[in-house]
Amino acid sequence: MRDPAGSASCHVDHKADGLAEIRFEGDWRIHADLPSFADLVRRIESLRPAAGITFDSRELKAWDSGFLTFLRKLMVHCQSKQIAVQVEGLPEGARRLLQLATAVPERQGARREARRTGWLARLGGSTIAYIAATKDMLAFLGEVVTALGRLVTGRARFPYRDFGVLVQDCGARALPIVSLISVLVGLILAFVGAVQLQMFGAQIYVANLVGLGMAREMGAMMAAVIMAGRTGAAFAAQLGTMQVNEEIDALATLGISPIEFLVLPRMLALVLMMPLLCLYANLMGIAGGFIVGVGMLDLPFKQYLVQTQNAVALNHFMVGLVKSAIFGVIVALAGCLRGMQSGRSATAVGGAATSAVVTGIIYIVVADAIITVICDILGV
Amino acid sequence: MEEKQPHIVVEDLTMAYGDFVIQQDLNFCINRGDIFIIMGGSGCGKSTLLRILVGLKAPSRGRVFFDAIDFWGASEMEREDLMHRMGILYQSGALWSSMTLAENVALPLREYTRLNDAQIREVVALKLALVGLAGFEDYYPSEISGGMRKRAGLARAMALDPEILYFDEPSAGLDPISAKRLDDLILEIRDSMGATIVVVTHELASIFAIGNNAVFLDTASKTMIASGDPRQMASSSPDEGVQRFLTRGDTFTV
Ligand SMILES: Nc1ncnc2c1ncn2[C@@H]1O[C@H](COP(=O)(O)OP(=O)(O)OP(=O)(O)O)[C@@H](O)[C@H]1O
Ligand SMILES: [Mg+2]
Repeated sequence: MRDPAGSASCHVDHKADGLAEIRFEGDWRIHADLPSFADLVRRIESLRPAAGITFDSRELKAWDSGFLTFLRKLMVHCQSKQIAVQVEGLPEGARRLLQLATAVPERQGARREARRTGWLARLGGSTIAYIAATKDMLAFLGEVVTALGRLVTGRARFPYRDFGVLVQDCGARALPIVSLISVLVGLILAFVGAVQLQMFGAQIYVANLVGLGMAREMGAMMAAVIMAGRTGAAFAAQLGTMQVNEEIDALATLGISPIEFLVLPRMLALVLMMPLLCLYANLMGIAGGFIVGVGMLDLPFKQYLVQTQNAVALNHFMVGLVKSAIFGVIVALAGCLRGMQSGRSATAVGGAATSAVVTGIIYIVVADAIITVICDILGV
Repeated sequence: MEEKQPHIVVEDLTMAYGDFVIQQDLNFCINRGDIFIIMGGSGCGKSTLLRILVGLKAPSRGRVFFDAIDFWGASEMEREDLMHRMGILYQSGALWSSMTLAENVALPLREYTRLNDAQIREVVALKLALVGLAGFEDYYPSEISGGMRKRAGLARAMALDPEILYFDEPSAGLDPISAKRLDDLILEIRDSMGATIVVVTHELASIFAIGNNAVFLDTASKTMIASGDPRQMASSSPDEGVQRFLTRGDTFTV
C-alpha cells in the first residue's frame, strides 16, 4: 500500500538583502492536499524580493509530480515578474526533471487553439462538407464502375480466393437469420390480414396478401435490411480496421488498387447473393403465411397452395429480384464507402460501421419508393 | 554505491500456455533503482515474462515478490494496488486512438487520483514536457510519428509516478538517434525519480548503455542461462550462446 499522505506546507521567509526563501515541508505528493499556489504568490508579492528567491527543502519528506507542477507554476510566475530564482536548494531529482521538462522547447505552431465559430459559419461549414461528401460518394461510385470495367475486360487484379469466402459469408452464412426474420414477417402479414379478411369471410385471400407482399416488397426489403446490419456493417468495420493498420496504404503503394482488390469483390459477392437471399426470403415468408392460413384459419392445404400460385405471377417475383439486386449494390457501396473513408481510430471505425448501416437503410427505403413508383407507371 | 535493496524477486518461476512450457526455474532479483534488461532470442518468452510481472498473466508455478509482497498470492485488491505502482510502455505505444495525447495521459490520473481538472491539466502538461512533447496536448495518436507515439506512451506510463516502469522493446522501430534519446530519457528518469526500470530489448547498444543488471532467457533449454551485469556477461559468460548474442556472433571465445 502507498503510505497515507501526510500534510504539506510551505513558508516564505524574508532573508537579508531582498532575498526571500521558500521552505517546503512535509509530504508533497500528488495524493496529499497541497498548499494553495495563490497564497504563496500573495506572500511573495508582499515581500517583493528584489534579489530573488532561494529554496530550502531540508524538511521535505517526499515529493512527486505534485511538487513538480507546483514548482513549474512558480517558475513561470517568477519569470513573468522578473524575479530571479536560485534552484540550488531544491532536491537534485526535482531540479533535473524541471530541466528535462524545458529541454525540448515547445515547437512553434504545434499548439492548437480552440476556435469559436458562429452559427452562420457552422451552417456554411456543414453545407460545404455535405457537398464535398456527395462529391466523394460520386467519385467513389465512378471508381467502382471503372474498376468493374477493368474486371470485365480482364485487366483487374481480382482476389478470387477472397471472393469465394465473401460469397459464402454473404450467402450461406446469412441463411439462418434470413429464415427466422422472413418466416416471422410472413406470419405477421398473414395474421394481420387474417383478422381483417375473416370479417368478410374472405380468409382465402390471406394467400394473395402474403404471396404478393413477400414477392414484391417484403422479401427484398427484409433481406436488404438484414444484410445492411449484418454485412454492410462488417464491410465498413473490415475496411476501417485495414485503414487503421495502414493495410490499404500498403496495397496502394504496391500499385494494387484497393477498389479492385477490396471493394469490387465485396460488391459482386453481395450483388450476386442478394437476389438468391431474396428468393429464399420469399419462400420462407410464404411458408410463414402458410402456417397461419392452414394452422389457424383451417384453410385446406391444397387450396392455399393453388391460391398462392394464381395470385403471384412470375413478374411479381421479378420485381422483387430486381429490387434486391439494386439493394445489394446500395448496401455494399455504403459499407465499402464508409469503411474506406474511416479515420484511424477505434471510434472512427465504430462510426464507419454505424454510418454504413444508417446510410444503407435510408437509401434502401428511398430506392424502394422510387422503384415502386416506376413499376406503377410501367404497370408491372 | 549505496546498499542494494531488492525490489522485485522472482522465485522458481515457470510459465506456460496450457501444457506448453515456455520457460521454467527462473530465479532472479531486481534491485531498487536498477535498469534491468530481459533479453534472449525471438520467441523465448520475454513478452510472456513481462506479462506475468505486470499482472496480466498468472505463472504456472513459482512466485513473484514486490517489496516482499507475494504478487500472485495476494488478494485481487492488493494486486490491483500494486499494479497502480507500475507503469508500462507497450511495444507499439498502445495509445487509445480515440483520445488526444492529453486525454491519454489524463485517464489514469482521473481514475486513481482526486485531482481536479485544472490540476490534471498541469500534471499532463508536465509529463508531456518531460518526454519532449510540450504543445502536442490536443493531437490524436494517428497525427504524430511513431517515435512521438512511443514518447507519448512513456508520458502515460509515468502519469501516476510509478515506482517501477516496464518497457517492451522501447527502441524497436526507432532511428538510432531517437533510440539513443529514449535511452537517455530512461536513464534520466531512473536517476531523478529513483524508479526501478525493467526493459525487454535486443538492441545491443541499449543493453550496454543503460542496463546494469540482466537476465538471458534461452529457447532451447527453456530456462535462464545467464544473469548479472550485461557487460560482464559479454566478456566472461561461460555460455557460448550468450556471448554470441551479445557480440552479434562476431567473436568466438571458446
Ligand atoms: N497466447 C498464446 N498462446 C499460446 N502460445 C503463446 C501465446 N503467446 C505466445 N505464445 C508462445 O510463447 C512463446 C514465447 O512468446 P513471447 O511472445 O513471450 O516471445 P518473445 O520472447 O517476446 O519473442 P519476441 O522477441 O519475438 O517478441 C512463443 O513460442 C509463442 O509461440
Ligand atoms: Mg515480444
